[in-house]
Amino acid sequence: MKDFIIPWGDDRDMGTPARDGAPVSLRIDGFEVTVPEGTSVMRAAAIAGIAVPKLCASDNLEAFGSCRLCVVEIEGRRGTPASCTTPVAAGMVVRTQSEQVQRIRKGVMELYISDHPLDCLTCSANGDCELQDMAGVVGLRDQRYTAPEGGIRTHFAARDTSGQANPEWLPKDDSNPYFTYDPAKCIVCNRCVRACEEVQGTFALTIEGRGFESRVSAGGVGDDFLASDCVSCGACVQACPTATLQEKSVIALGTPTRSVITTCAYCGVGCSFKAELNGDQLVRMTPYKHGAANRGHSCVKGRFAYGYATHADRILKPMIRERIEDPWQEVSWDEALAFAAARMRGIQARHGRKSVGVITSSRCTNEETYLVQKLTRAVFLNNNTDTCARVCHSPTGYGLGQTFGTSAGTQNFDSVAAADVVVVIGANPTDGHPVFASRLKKRLRAGAKLIVIDPRRIDLVKTAHVEAAHHLPLRPGTNVAVVTAMAHVIVTEGLFDEGFIRARCDWDEFAEYAEFVSDPRHSPELTEMLTGVPAEELRAAARLYATGGNGAIYYGLGVTEHSQGSTTVMAIANLAMLTGNIGREGVGVNPLRGQNNVQGSCDMGSFPHELPGYRHVKNPEVRAIFETAWGVEIDPEPGLRIPNMLDAAVSGQFKGLYCQGEDILQSDPDTRHVSAGLAAMDCVIVHDLFLNETANYAHVFLPGSTFLEKDGTFTNAERRINRVRKVMAPRNGYADWEITQLLANAMLEAEGRPLWRYTHAAQIMEEIAATTPGFAHVDYALLEEKGSVQWPCNDAAPEGTPIMHVDGFVRGRGRFIVTEYVATEERTGPRFPLLLTTGRILSQYNVGAQTRRTANTVWHAEDVLEIHPHDAEVRGVKAGDWVKLASRSGETSLRAHLTDRVSPGVVYTTFHHPTTQANVITTDHSDWATNCPEYKVTAVQVGLSNGPTEWQRDYEAQAAAARRILPAAE
Amino acid sequence: MSSPDKLIRMANQIAIFFHSQPGPDQAERVAAHLKDYWGPEMRADLKAKAKTQEDELDVLVRQALPLI
Repeated sequence: MKDFIIPWGDDRDMGTPARDGAPVSLRIDGFEVTVPEGTSVMRAAAIAGIAVPKLCASDNLEAFGSCRLCVVEIEGRRGTPASCTTPVAAGMVVRTQSEQVQRIRKGVMELYISDHPLDCLTCSANGDCELQDMAGVVGLRDQRYTAPEGGIRTHFAARDTSGQANPEWLPKDDSNPYFTYDPAKCIVCNRCVRACEEVQGTFALTIEGRGFESRVSAGGVGDDFLASDCVSCGACVQACPTATLQEKSVIALGTPTRSVITTCAYCGVGCSFKAELNGDQLVRMTPYKHGAANRGHSCVKGRFAYGYATHADRILKPMIRERIEDPWQEVSWDEALAFAAARMRGIQARHGRKSVGVITSSRCTNEETYLVQKLTRAVFLNNNTDTCARVCHSPTGYGLGQTFGTSAGTQNFDSVAAADVVVVIGANPTDGHPVFASRLKKRLRAGAKLIVIDPRRIDLVKTAHVEAAHHLPLRPGTNVAVVTAMAHVIVTEGLFDEGFIRARCDWDEFAEYAEFVSDPRHSPELTEMLTGVPAEELRAAARLYATGGNGAIYYGLGVTEHSQGSTTVMAIANLAMLTGNIGREGVGVNPLRGQNNVQGSCDMGSFPHELPGYRHVKNPEVRAIFETAWGVEIDPEPGLRIPNMLDAAVSGQFKGLYCQGEDILQSDPDTRHVSAGLAAMDCVIVHDLFLNETANYAHVFLPGSTFLEKDGTFTNAERRINRVRKVMAPRNGYADWEITQLLANAMLEAEGRPLWRYTHAAQIMEEIAATTPGFAHVDYALLEEKGSVQWPCNDAAPEGTPIMHVDGFVRGRGRFIVTEYVATEERTGPRFPLLLTTGRILSQYNVGAQTRRTANTVWHAEDVLEIHPHDAEVRGVKAGDWVKLASRSGETSLRAHLTDRVSPGVVYTTFHHPTTQANVITTDHSDWATNCPEYKVTAVQVGLSNGPTEWQRDYEAQAAAARRILPAAE
Repeated sequence: MSSPDKLIRMANQIAIFFHSQPGPDQAERVAAHLKDYWGPEMRADLKAKAKTQEDELDVLVRQALPLI
């Protein structure tokens, strides 16, 4: 018996996907091997450590059986079956190597090579080419097909021997900024086409023609890759065994020689990647197949859009200035930190302990975030800490905390494969969370039903081989009415799960809730006038969710960023409890987190009212833990939230801010109010990669390090704690956690207090684990061993918790909460008759600071305004016209894009570009419980314009002046 | 601390939610929410504002004020 234990981190291609099934034993080359029923002979051989030669097979794709290289002999069976398409059977006796199969494989390879250039030494895939490997494995030594008169037909020779152009030869398609398609090197294995279908689910690629005419084709006749439906996820490039689909970075830089596993720094999916390098030069990022969040898939951002790390705009030296009107002055780290510390201490001396604060970032690691909130609580000695989650998922924290008892998604991403009915509310996964969307679409193609609740007809509503059973195109701002109406249907039609509710929830609270939702005023028929959702469609959707099997809800910022954001989160939790869709695989309530570490930054005590682990500062026993660990007294009262900080700054009580990795001027609502608040402060310290918009109002700039340059952890939307590994040395000199420590120590030293002495990010995690019960067992050694773990990870769950609330809710009994719809104060009227809602697109990320500094701009160079043709027509607006977008807060201008994806009365834009500044338009309305801004509903008017507004021109002029840098003094 | 009108609006928003909640302790729950999520300075500002603009405050906020 062979030792079949495969060490973690083995990323061999096993040839075909894993199967679940009863164990089946067989013999392969004399070794006995036991595998699940349904496993292919090829995979069984791979498990036994025997690699059967292959070209068209890959373990992330279903077997295809086209290359015939993987043929084997099976006792008692005629011929030589392909091992990839042949399932194992009990007692089967397989020979993977014999004179006969060797001869066949050599013949197959010889045919392949007859139509493939032999330029291996100068080929970009040299050393990373499966065709080359297989030629070696089968012992191909010769290619005997000789030219008849005029030469044999090939696809690779641009001209024949007489100099005539070869009509079969096609030039390289290098239209995509990140990879090339070279038809001359294609062996038509179909792996790219299958990856586009099975892994990504876009169906952009096909094989055109038959036989010798067969070619990979993106889009229709005349399309290149860029013009096609291709979303540049890289799955085809990953799948290609040759240089046909090749990263341009590899063509330019050569094949990488070392790799480091790390975690993507873009969205909340938190994909694992292999950073592949030569020396400290990053050559490419490839999705890591054992990454539990992404299972080997990627999107255009994580796979390709990392060039910002070396962009010329990146600031690598600290800078200071007396006044924001002055140009920046480059200084040493010591000087910058002394300047910052002296200013912050001076402010506290003059205006009091609570006159300064911090903002942590969801783009930073857990360790960094933990230190930043510690800086304010233990060094500044107040609780003025907040995070960008304030403006995205703070209602999730409140809503799920109230109903279930903890602020987190209930499932892992794998769970979607077991869902029968998926409800997507206020989220656009194919743009915002693309790798999760691919996993969702895979499940939908296999038969799960989809309900989309969104004002826009997002791509998921109808895309290749996926169509929503129900799309409820609600009027922006009516989420609570729609979700409560669904509950009305479920309760009044008796579709609720009484057994679950009696066992797991408070029955009296349920009775009150049931009485509330049963009121006819919550019926779909009576709410239709308000929500715009046809009653019958809503009833059908509610019935499907309640009765269609495992029901899983995924939601995004279209739920939270409303004046009733917290109420909608509670309404969603009610729906899941009503139908018993909590506590097992395939169900649950899943917030899709916008940024990579939204979950982590919330977990780490970034909010002003709670210490790490969501424990309120009012609790003396919680404060005692940190008071002991930190040697200070912690303020028992909540501190200021971001909007409160800005309000207090405008009225003169808040004077100093340390803002790490966050661009509040661009990302927060009502830009004029934010800039007024920043301008009123005496010391704004911006710690970032670039001179972002907020830095226009900063006095100190501390250059940050990228995710490639530091150690730490990110916690994704499934509560998965994943390692960020230092791939290269920080170009700015320090990892971000070191910079926060330097700032803290500059303050502490001046005050004669004990200094912080962390020497590695792992020590910060040790402190987190020692103080935060849900992280008790988390340490870097465990993460090395397991790859990743999902919190809670403690004595009760030593290996983490993939699915929450399995035996009971975290708070004990699940709590139904009455969710009365309250209209937002933001109303349309004669002056502002349209509703603006905002969102994002696939190729750009958040405020665009990173992605705008990559070739992703080829897909999205500017923000545009989506407007329904009816609304455009009555305003005389044509496609591509400059239009002025005005609200009660301000106005901006951008180009119009006419589309019926938005309903009449609704317009939509993105916020990726500072020159557009969509947030000039958004108002200071906010969620009642958390002050999360109401980004998703603004009453606006649209009219023709001649170009940028006066405000935009003033803004650009101010930004240009604020970004002047004087050279360092010699 | 904050502009007063905005504070009153925020407090009233909280009160509107708790109006819809069953039970006799709605004002206590408004007070608890204010104490949990608003810093002492904001609460003091609200109280100061209530002296001159009491009629703009929701009844639950008025009842909650002595409790914060």
